[in-house]
Amino acid sequence: MTQCNLEQAPKLTRKDFISDQDVRWCPGCGDYAILAGIQRVMPELGIPREKIVFVSGIGCSSRFPYYMNTYGFHSIHGRAPAIATGIKLTRPDLMIWVITGDGDGLSIGGNHLIHTMRRNVDLKILLFNNRIYGLTKGQTSPTSVHGMKTKSTPFGALDRPFNPLSVAIGSAATFVARSIDIDSPHLQYVLRRAADHKGTAFVELYQNCNVFNDGTWESVTDKDVRSDRLLVLEHGKPLVFGKERKKGIRMRPDMSPEVVEIDGDTSGLLIHDETRTDEGYHFMLSRLSGPDFPQPVGVLRAVREPTYDELMTEQGRTVSQQQGKGNLEKLLHAGETWMVS
Amino acid sequence: MSNIKNTQSAPGDRQRPTSELETVVIRFAGDSGDGMQLTGTEFTKSVALEGSDLATFPDYPAEIRAPAGTLAGVSAYQVHFSSQEVFTPGDQPDVLVVMNPAALRINLPDLPRGGIIIANVGSFTQPNIEKAGYTANPLEDGSLSGYQVFAIDISKQVALALEGMGLTAKEVGRCKNFYALGLMFWLYNHPMEREEKSIRAKFQKNPKIAEANITAFRAGYYYGETAELFPSRFVVPPAVIAPGTYRHITGNEATAIGLITAAQLASLPLFCGSYPITPASDILHTLAMYPHYDVITFQAEDEIAAVAATIGAAYAGALGVTTTSGPGMALKSEAIGLAVMAELPLVIVNVQRGGPSTGLPTKTEQADLFQAVFGRNGECPVVVIAPATPGDCFWMAIEAARIAIRHMCPVICLSDGYLANGAEPWKLPEVASLQKIPVTFRTDPQGFYPYLREPKTLARPWVVPGTPGMEHRIGGLEKEDVIGNVSYEANNHEKMVRIRAEKIARIVHEIPNATVYGDPSGDLLIVGWGSTYGAITQAVKSLRRRGYRVSALHLRYLNPMSANVGQILANFRHVLVAEMNLGQLLMMLRAQFLVDAVGFHKIQGRPFKISEIVTKVEEILGAREQAELCTHAEVG
Ligand SMILES: Cc1ncc(C[n+]2csc(CCOP(=O)(O)OP(=O)(O)O)c2C)c(N)n1
Ligand code: SF4
Repeated sequence: MTQCNLEQAPKLTRKDFISDQDVRWCPGCGDYAILAGIQRVMPELGIPREKIVFVSGIGCSSRFPYYMNTYGFHSIHGRAPAIATGIKLTRPDLMIWVITGDGDGLSIGGNHLIHTMRRNVDLKILLFNNRIYGLTKGQTSPTSVHGMKTKSTPFGALDRPFNPLSVAIGSAATFVARSIDIDSPHLQYVLRRAADHKGTAFVELYQNCNVFNDGTWESVTDKDVRSDRLLVLEHGKPLVFGKERKKGIRMRPDMSPEVVEIDGDTSGLLIHDETRTDEGYHFMLSRLSGPDFPQPVGVLRAVREPTYDELMTEQGRTVSQQQGKGNLEKLLHAGETWMVS
Repeated sequence: MSNIKNTQSAPGDRQRPTSELETVVIRFAGDSGDGMQLTGTEFTKSVALEGSDLATFPDYPAEIRAPAGTLAGVSAYQVHFSSQEVFTPGDQPDVLVVMNPAALRINLPDLPRGGIIIANVGSFTQPNIEKAGYTANPLEDGSLSGYQVFAIDISKQVALALEGMGLTAKEVGRCKNFYALGLMFWLYNHPMEREEKSIRAKFQKNPKIAEANITAFRAGYYYGETAELFPSRFVVPPAVIAPGTYRHITGNEATAIGLITAAQLASLPLFCGSYPITPASDILHTLAMYPHYDVITFQAEDEIAAVAATIGAAYAGALGVTTTSGPGMALKSEAIGLAVMAELPLVIVNVQRGGPSTGLPTKTEQADLFQAVFGRNGECPVVVIAPATPGDCFWMAIEAARIAIRHMCPVICLSDGYLANGAEPWKLPEVASLQKIPVTFRTDPQGFYPYLREPKTLARPWVVPGTPGMEHRIGGLEKEDVIGNVSYEANNHEKMVRIRAEKIARIVHEIPNATVYGDPSGDLLIVGWGSTYGAITQAVKSLRRRGYRVSALHLRYLNPMSANVGQILANFRHVLVAEMNLGQLLMMLRAQFLVDAVGFHKIQGRPFKISEIVTKVEEILGAREQAELCTHAEVG
């Protein structure tokens, strides 16, 4: 304990991030675990509460900002990335989190999502993926499994599902990750990494909707199968998975991945590299899924590129240097003028 | 050119007499590749510098490049200049410059008998004549006998003048418009030097093309001087214009610099989220040039993102502006509702065009009034205002910002294609005379609630994220009065709906009274809004000169309307509402004031002509006897 402690702002705790609003998700909803994870990570970031803004669209998950004791904006269906962009461009000093669902982010808001990522606006986007529309009571979403029967698709969905990670990498997102509502340590790790990233951080969170799509991720996240169905990514480490860590992933000469049995010897396996600037390897990872492959979780991609807000500030500065700070007199007199006396 | 005053020789002219005119209307028309818009604006600039009052009307096709020589590809630019006050670009041209047969075919119906046609014969080739739908060459078949036709082979003359300059045939063809411009400069006695400088500046990056255009320009000018085609030159004396510094300004430019001015007066950054759409894009283009004025322009992926980002910016403490036209406005409506619910300041500029749907993208209309006033889900009141002239766009942009900030609400500013592209000489305001726009961001957490209200305006506090101790959540769900938490409580919703309505209604106390042009009572009042101002005012002016007891009321505030509108309407025997739609303001006036108003509608993608309004009034009040007219005219 040093004597200047009194001068410093009191260290925030999880409690400081809990708002006075009752949380109204269905009991057992995966959203609770994610909320708890975020409220745990927030104090660790060392950012004052007032500098944090949560922006969401519409859906169960989008009620999220009400439960955070920060600044929050619950907006309209699908538009949160755009609203957040406007906030960030006006106030680059704020840390902005976008909360969206699979319907909100990939269906009605798909356009905004991809363009925000391609611009690399410095936003942290958390997409809660429950593969269903929760708030409107159970219709298919763009991530619903092909053939899924819901109220709106009683005979099976004809749509092919989106893979959110592929969408993000295809949109040149600079940070792409995936985690799971029920794996709290991993979730917190990924959130911290997203918070540290400068640029658009896109995180897909597997989230269980126990009312309309219960157990949708069970086949990969269940304790018994998890180690075989999930590939936990670690930067600089070979792609190894399985209960005894006896399986690995390597590239065939034709550049397609294959699962191989290993016995301690990891040579020849792909080594995970988040920082590759080309998207090919990360895209390949995003495509891995069952039954032949495990699904990757963790940070797929983390590259540093200039953000839209940085470039904008820089451009403004350059023009100001060249042309001088604008003033009204100059503005009004721009172009040709003439005097009448 | 019926209004010739006297004939005299101007100094500097060799032999030709110079006639003085009060008013001239010229229309340049050609293929969209012919550069008619440039010719028109260059001529207009010169007219302004010569001291005339003026108004312009560019009219171009929606197709970027319709096939050359076709009717669909005709582009025109009309300029009206005068030694008197000018209100409109003029009903009819006195002079029609046509660069090809299609341009002649499209524009001839507007030219009065006896009018002047200057035609580029070189382009009246058999294929072009056919493309324009003529069976014979109209310059030769006698069908133009009622007009004064000056057929000049501009194509050939330009080719001769530019011979040996090492230009491609295409480059030579592109210089035709400057030849036509030169001819007009000679005809209306404008100095060449200024224009040559301007051409040089315009083509700075390509001196060869600059020289070619100047050569073509001179060739046109000297052709006028030597060819003895025209019996006389003309001069329009300077208008009596209020002293000051002027610039030529279009409505879109005025809107853009008005918005920047507003932001500076409020000491806020300006954020403009926009998605390109005709005829609004130029506002974005203009704003994008001024990042050093604390202007952020964000070209979004669509209109929804544009308005959404703007709402985010307003939430974060900028003056948020989004600009668009009808179809884009339709996309923005849900988000505007969010701004109403979140009670954030937001300026929305809708440069109206012909609708519905994609409608007439490059043509003007005033049919988005209902959309502006009512076009959202729920009880969703917003302020709606409309500028009257291109220059007024500057003032209404500032007014929109002032109201939005003071009352924490969205304000829709309804411009239209006619104002947007039309231009007028605009007197620069004195910067020192511009009123600051006060902004208070609340920073005191003591007793703070997000939906506390300022008692007079009912505005809620503007608290920007980043302010310590005031963390709170807003959004589109209904708010508990004062507290701001989500509330579905029945009586609370009714209360909040009423408060939001009252907040907008109270703005009536802060906007100026409407003023009547003409007498405060009489036989007939013409009510208008937006860009019809010029035509209505000019019509009323000429009707009054002829003894009609007619006045005009122009509404710049449409929701709410000025406090005295009802009273004014009651003072007239007839109320005629002239608008470029099927009667939207008409219905609002009838509903709000129970007045037996009648409508006058024009939905052709073109502005009203003065004569159309005059005729309509005559129809209602009956044509006056000539004798009676004279006595009234004496009175004033
Ligand atoms: C413009 C508009 N269209 C439709 C809706 C109805 N709506 C609300 S939430 C939702 C889907 C939400 O699904 P998702 O994003 O997956 O979120 P979840 O509820 O599952 O968390 C829909 C269609 C709406 N609010 N606004
Ligand atoms: S409907 Fe599903 S997603 Fe929504 S709160 Fe309930 S469990 Fe959660």
